[in-house]
Amino acid sequence: MVELAQEKYRQLEEFMAGVKQGPRPESNLIAILHKAQELFGYLDREMMDKISVEMKIPSAHIWGVATFYHYFRLTPPGRHTVSVCMGTACYVKGAQQVLDAIRNELKVELGETTEDRVFSLQEARCLGACGLAPVVMIDEKIYGGLDSRKVIELLRGYRKKAGQALVQG
Amino acid sequence: MKEKVIVYFNNKPFEVEAEQTIMQAADKIGFHIPRLCYHPSLSIEGACRVCIVEVEGMRNYVASCAFPVSEGMRIHTNTKEIRQARRDIVELILDNHPQDCHTCERDGICELQRLAYAMGLRQRHFEGERKRYEKDLSSAAVIRDPEKCILCGRCVRLCSEVQKANTLGFAHRGFKANVMPAYDMGLNESVCTGCGQCVNVCPTAAFLEKNYTQELFERLNDPEVIKVAQVAPSVRAAIGEAFGLEPGRAMAGETVAALKRLGFDYVFDTQFSADLTIMEEASELLERLQSGGKLPMITSCSSAWMKCLEQFHPDLIPNVSTCKSPMSMMGALTKTYWADKIKTDPKKILAVAVMCCTAKKYEAARPELRVNGMPATDLVITTREAAWMFKSAGIDFLNIKPERFDEPLGLSSGAGAIFGATGGVMEAAIRTAYELCTGETLLEIELESLRGFKGIKEGKVMMDGKEIRVAVAHGLGNANELMDVVRADPERYHFIEIMGCPGGCIGGGGQPYAGSNSIPLDEECLRKRAEALYGIDRANTIRRSHENPHVQRIYKELLGRPLSKKSHELLHTHYSAKEPRGIIGNETKE
Repeated sequence: MVELAQEKYRQLEEFMAGVKQGPRPESNLIAILHKAQELFGYLDREMMDKISVEMKIPSAHIWGVATFYHYFRLTPPGRHTVSVCMGTACYVKGAQQVLDAIRNELKVELGETTEDRVFSLQEARCLGACGLAPVVMIDEKIYGGLDSRKVIELLRGYRKKAGQALVQG
Repeated sequence: MKEKVIVYFNNKPFEVEAEQTIMQAADKIGFHIPRLCYHPSLSIEGACRVCIVEVEGMRNYVASCAFPVSEGMRIHTNTKEIRQARRDIVELILDNHPQDCHTCERDGICELQRLAYAMGLRQRHFEGERKRYEKDLSSAAVIRDPEKCILCGRCVRLCSEVQKANTLGFAHRGFKANVMPAYDMGLNESVCTGCGQCVNVCPTAAFLEKNYTQELFERLNDPEVIKVAQVAPSVRAAIGEAFGLEPGRAMAGETVAALKRLGFDYVFDTQFSADLTIMEEASELLERLQSGGKLPMITSCSSAWMKCLEQFHPDLIPNVSTCKSPMSMMGALTKTYWADKIKTDPKKILAVAVMCCTAKKYEAARPELRVNGMPATDLVITTREAAWMFKSAGIDFLNIKPERFDEPLGLSSGAGAIFGATGGVMEAAIRTAYELCTGETLLEIELESLRGFKGIKEGKVMMDGKEIRVAVAHGLGNANELMDVVRADPERYHFIEIMGCPGGCIGGGGQPYAGSNSIPLDEECLRKRAEALYGIDRANTIRRSHENPHVQRIYKELLGRPLSKKSHELLHTHYSAKEPRGIIGNETKE
């Protein structure tokens, strides 16, 4: 695990070194944060401090960028990412009720991760599956024709599997 | 000669300089367009939209702070529509603001309040969701109250452009947007130097000094303790402003008398310990020059600068003088030398410092400055807090009969007074170092090249056939720049003075707020405050620190000589690298 993290840091450093070859390296902050999130799944303080020192960008500025864009995660993602489509078709077909049911079941708000780190909840805009509305995407898999009861069953299934995986692992 | 253009303000033609904004042109011809996020020392943000004007031919109103004048432009500043739009803008800013003016510390001295009054807001039409945040009370110097913040961004720009500490930034977006240090950490964990310039530029009460007035009132009632105050040079040069006087009135005697009325038994002068600082610092400089010590030597009086040094420039710590600041020297002597003199247990002494500075509150809490296990300075209040206490206690400050500082720690030379203005410590140090080094008296003692408000000033003086090169910087941004020069060319200077605030201590973070006719950090105001201190110097018959008879006496009775073992024990300290490390940032030149 430690070696893996070191390898990721090495890749991030390599990326920053590349950026520094070009003009105005500090203007690539967003690209660097993207790279860091791609490697680690989220941005934490230690990582942002490293970027700050390496790129000579004050950490208050990095924090401003990281909190401005919804894309950046500031907490580790859960094992499964639940994306609730709030596009027009899904919304008309009751996506809000589906979302409310999920929030209630998982006790998290949008952008948050459950305490047991099994689920992260986020919102999506049209997943291109309007015919199945309302839809929820869990990781890469689309589930359609949901309502509040069905979605809870679905989540409980995932949680059960995650629990088993944990016991076996 | 700059090119001129004709523009029309409210249908009247005016010849104005080209290449300036509508607001700048309007200011010069007597139209003060209302404004909020604009500040002349900072970059243009154009965030608040309060300064909108109508320009004929433009589809929308333009922000006059950001829009340049051009030939034939027809500008309207005060039409019915503009007035309505501007009023709506201010009303929307107020919508998120707590409605607690009458219990707010800045009641009556708030820019937002003045603006609302000037807009003629008599009723609030909007009543939306309110922001709810906790106050950040973690710092010993400055508190942050995000509920009062109107997101004008002046503090963010001040901290990054003038002080270059980059403590603050905008975080999150939309309704949740907020000004905060990185990772939303407390100011005490951040790179905040405590300089308090955010307090000075904030139009509302989103930043304030950590207030100790109630605690002080409480402790002044304790009959068991002897209450001792010291007053920094710059306090006397500015406190009158808090009572509506023009800047530049020196009011030392009034301050002493008012502190006595407040309940202090003794009032000493930080200018005395400034003289002592000069004795030690000038001797340290000569020792470093003679024994090949680390040069350039850098001054250590400014608490915000010391914190900045420890976090941003730890590699230069060996260059910094080991002298404590005048405040901490005074505290140390009060609880040793003077406690012995009046045969009192130092634990029964309450040592209070009245300072122009917010960072001194932080300095007073530094553990290595304690003396025999006691804090050298128990409480620090700013000029603003002192003025408020006088008002609150019903002391008629403006008409009070001036009184003199108490002996023996109240007598000072003119050199001690000019400590408050940028370049003053250097000037005072040269007056004494010259004589210590050559045995002759320096006659030309007013060193004009070190005065004034240029960011970095240079000078040289011949001592014993050797050229001593000196530099002075004020404001942490200029200080950072000068440190880069030192790194690149360590031989260039022998001695450097740094003050953390623009203008030096006279522009400190604890000085009276700008009034209704002035703006924060106004150079004209700083110049008048500095002039008050130079006036005190000129009027003093003693103008060199080493000629102060009480300074001479304290060396005879207690310290022996400068840099003695006793001096080191009481008057010197040490610094160490601190986390988190400060990053100044590569400036992007557009």
